[in-house]
Amino acid sequence: MSGSVRPRFGAGLRRFFYNRLAVVGLGILIAIAAVSLLAPILPLAHPNITDLAMRIMPPGTEGHVLGTDQLGRDILSRLIWGTRISLAVGLSATAIAAIIGSLIGIVSAFYGGVIDNTLMRGIDMLMAFPYILLALAIVAVLGPGLFNALIAISVVNIPFFARNVRGATVSLVRLEYIDAARLSGKNNFKILFGELLPNVMPVIVITISTTVGWMILETAGLSFLGLGAQPPTPDLGSMLGDGRSVILTAPHVATLPGLVILVLVIGINLVGDGLRDVLDPYLRAGALVSPRPATEVDAKLLARKRAEKADDRRAGESEDGNRKTGAPGGAQSDGGDSGQPDGDAQSDGDGSGHSDGGAPHISELPLSVRNLRTWFWQRDAQIHAADDVSFDLPKGRALGIMGESGSGKSVTALSVLGLVPTPPGRIMDGSVAYYGEELVGAPLEKLRFYRGNRIAYIFQNPMTSLNPLFSVGEQIAEAVRRHQPVTGEEARAKAGELMDMVQIPDARRRINDYPHQLSGGMRQRIGIAIALANDPDVIIADEPTTALDVTIQAQILRLLEDLRERYGVSLVFISHDFGVVSAVCERIVVMYAGEIVESGSVEEIYRRPLHPYTRRLMACVPKVGSRGAEMDAIPGLPPALDRLPAGCRFADRCDMAIEACTSAPVPLEEHANGSPFGAREVRCIRAKEVTV
Amino acid sequence: MYRYIARRLVMMVPVLLGISIIVFFIMELIPGDAAQAILGSYATPENLARVRRELGLDQPLVHRYFIWLGNILQGDLGRSYILQRPVLDEVLDRLGPTMLLAGTSLMLAALFGMFAGVVAAIKQFRWQDGLLTTVVLIGISTPSFWLGLMLTLVFAVELGWFPVSGMSRVVGGGGIGDILHHLVLPSVSLAIVATGVIARLTRSTMLEVLRRDFIRSARAKGLNERSVILKHAYKNALVSIIPVLGIQTGFVIGGAVYIETVFQWPGIGRMLVGAIQQRDILLVQGGVVVIAALYVIINLIVDVLQSVVDPRITV
Repeated sequence: MSGSVRPRFGAGLRRFFYNRLAVVGLGILIAIAAVSLLAPILPLAHPNITDLAMRIMPPGTEGHVLGTDQLGRDILSRLIWGTRISLAVGLSATAIAAIIGSLIGIVSAFYGGVIDNTLMRGIDMLMAFPYILLALAIVAVLGPGLFNALIAISVVNIPFFARNVRGATVSLVRLEYIDAARLSGKNNFKILFGELLPNVMPVIVITISTTVGWMILETAGLSFLGLGAQPPTPDLGSMLGDGRSVILTAPHVATLPGLVILVLVIGINLVGDGLRDVLDPYLRAGALVSPRPATEVDAKLLARKRAEKADDRRAGESEDGNRKTGAPGGAQSDGGDSGQPDGDAQSDGDGSGHSDGGAPHISELPLSVRNLRTWFWQRDAQIHAADDVSFDLPKGRALGIMGESGSGKSVTALSVLGLVPTPPGRIMDGSVAYYGEELVGAPLEKLRFYRGNRIAYIFQNPMTSLNPLFSVGEQIAEAVRRHQPVTGEEARAKAGELMDMVQIPDARRRINDYPHQLSGGMRQRIGIAIALANDPDVIIADEPTTALDVTIQAQILRLLEDLRERYGVSLVFISHDFGVVSAVCERIVVMYAGEIVESGSVEEIYRRPLHPYTRRLMACVPKVGSRGAEMDAIPGLPPALDRLPAGCRFADRCDMAIEACTSAPVPLEEHANGSPFGAREVRCIRAKEVTV
Repeated sequence: MYRYIARRLVMMVPVLLGISIIVFFIMELIPGDAAQAILGSYATPENLARVRRELGLDQPLVHRYFIWLGNILQGDLGRSYILQRPVLDEVLDRLGPTMLLAGTSLMLAALFGMFAGVVAAIKQFRWQDGLLTTVVLIGISTPSFWLGLMLTLVFAVELGWFPVSGMSRVVGGGGIGDILHHLVLPSVSLAIVATGVIARLTRSTMLEVLRRDFIRSARAKGLNERSVILKHAYKNALVSIIPVLGIQTGFVIGGAVYIETVFQWPGIGRMLVGAIQQRDILLVQGGVVVIAALYVIINLIVDVLQSVVDPRITV
């Protein structure tokens, strides 16, 4: 146990010191603590010695660096001694509140039932009072005084500890290891303090870090009101209170103690923030970075794109005036149903990697992805999430992208309209074209014009990808209104039609339902309705059925198939499940560790998978549409995407691997032609040996 | 909706009872007894007996609680020995100024806190975020009573923009303009900590919400950032912010005690401090009971507000 805690502790410490502000806070606290601890041996005047001849001296007076108060007492000395007292009281109050509160929380969670109920209702009652009011009531009863203020402040802070610790303990008590500890004959005391307490310690520390600042402020506050420290005790709060009466003539008397409190509490808050960053698993996961509106495009790539575009424009001016100026409304504004390419001959039809004759020109393809490279830039690693991915999607066809989680299939799909979160995502290279119109590096306005309009997405989890606070009708209507000049009323009517279209029974009534009121399958139908809202040319469905039950899965697949046939939408369908992909798609691209390893028609791949990975992937699919079989199906793990091997990325897990596999990169080579919209390709040096 | 409110109203009853029990028993903790406390240590035995009888202290504890509760329910909070007038009258006189001060501060805190939090979140890692985060850190670390003094010093004494203190009455004073004039410095001082807390929470909640899947969905629809942030993200952030608004109301009402003292604001907070110093226990008790009850009602309003924003909350 301690073995596993130690390195984490070290890492936490490093993380804490990485946070510069927290270190500053720690410095402030150490300095203040050192000075106040050393107060007795510092050459200071006695804090309580009055000298009426030296009343209210300004700072800088001989012998009184910070001046004197209205009784002629040395302010510097009183500040230091006062800080000592404020710190002592604040920390004691924190300790008392932490110990009693945590005890209540841990016992409450561990025993549950009546004990839990009684304790927590009591805590609720305490919290029903406004914070300081209860402290006042307690001081009112006990009488003014520093010790009574300490008790009052401890009591009002107990609920925070009790609640937080109870919450953390409850989740632990249900875990198996507590049962194991019980079975191993440990008594309750040992479980409570040996097993549970160490594990809820981070929560206690976090709660301390948030409350200790308040407690110091409240201690000062009560003293300020004359209810805490009594004269002549030097306390920051009471000094402030005393200074109030001379605020007009000698403002420094009240100003200085307040400044000391401010600096002290700032230090505490900085350290507290640092501690929370380290201890809160939620923050540790980096949850506090929000993605930008569009994926970042690497600066070099962007510069190159701009240069190419400028060249293009120069070349194009002679032939065609209204060519892509980047204005969003320019291209494809005619509802787009026909998707007629507007005579826009994107000059460089760089068919690199694809060489089958008679392939449609890039300007005739609703979607063409070329050498796409999207990486995740992390502090000390570059994750090659998608590396050199290329595929074409002709009008009305369906392409499947298949692979394990982490294979780069979703990243590829999201890169199309810049929906990969940045940070950490960045498109490093390649091009994505909609009927020849370049989307990588396009201005945000242009991306927004295409998003949900010409190219629409259906996402994996309809529970999380719908906004829980808006009715489904509104979420569909919103998509309609964004791209069509309709009134709210018309958009709503259209939303109803779309709901009918995706076969939601009783659409008129359900239009006002919220996502949580619908079943998973119905929610995904809403997701599809949103995708269909503007008659897109391309729909990108990212594992649209993975989160659904098998029977619902089949219904959704049928619906997608049906809609595709009826409206001639081109479809990119992403799944880890060959069964699902083969039900919808004509052509499949298999991805592994960010690369395409094989492509071909569904039939070819089904009959004769060329890549060992594809074979493995298909071997674990006898149960069509089973959930969660993604990771474990193939022994071993994909390579870390920031430390990729030089050779074949699958070699480690491959039973056919030979030495040549690992020595040099394996190219994606054409194996045969004649596949629908694209060649039969494989990235394996032993593919020719496959005879199945 | 109405069913929800009705249910919450019913649920208030045990909380109010609990509050009454806590207040009653805290008061019972007074060393000696209330009569002793009221009359001081030089009281004659006859006087003590008289006051005990008046207060019902000669009855058993539980019995006394129910008598006390019954009195409260009839609006009888006892008589202030210092002021020589019914506690309820005094409390009600001072409730208005406190609510005005706390309400204004809370509004300021909510508005500026949420605004600052949203701005900081969408400008994450830019100078706006850095500036706001720093200001907020100072804000939540500031002793409000000290800030009140400093603001007085600068804006009332030096610049003379606002009165130093001393709003006498809410009604019948110098009119709305005068009230507002008196309100600026106290409400700002009182709002500062709550503003910081709300800003911090708003920032971190917005950052968290902006990572959720439905934000990606909103962007995938082609919505502009304005809709994504102000409609989709902000409304979801509110789900986390509203309960904290409730908690902050408690802090603001409590903090009013300091600010009312600094600015001599004629509210309940200043009354309580005076009553504690003069050991006018019944006045303290009355003030605490009324404020606590008010706070329970505020929490009810917060809950209703929450259910308006979040359709997942049902009866």
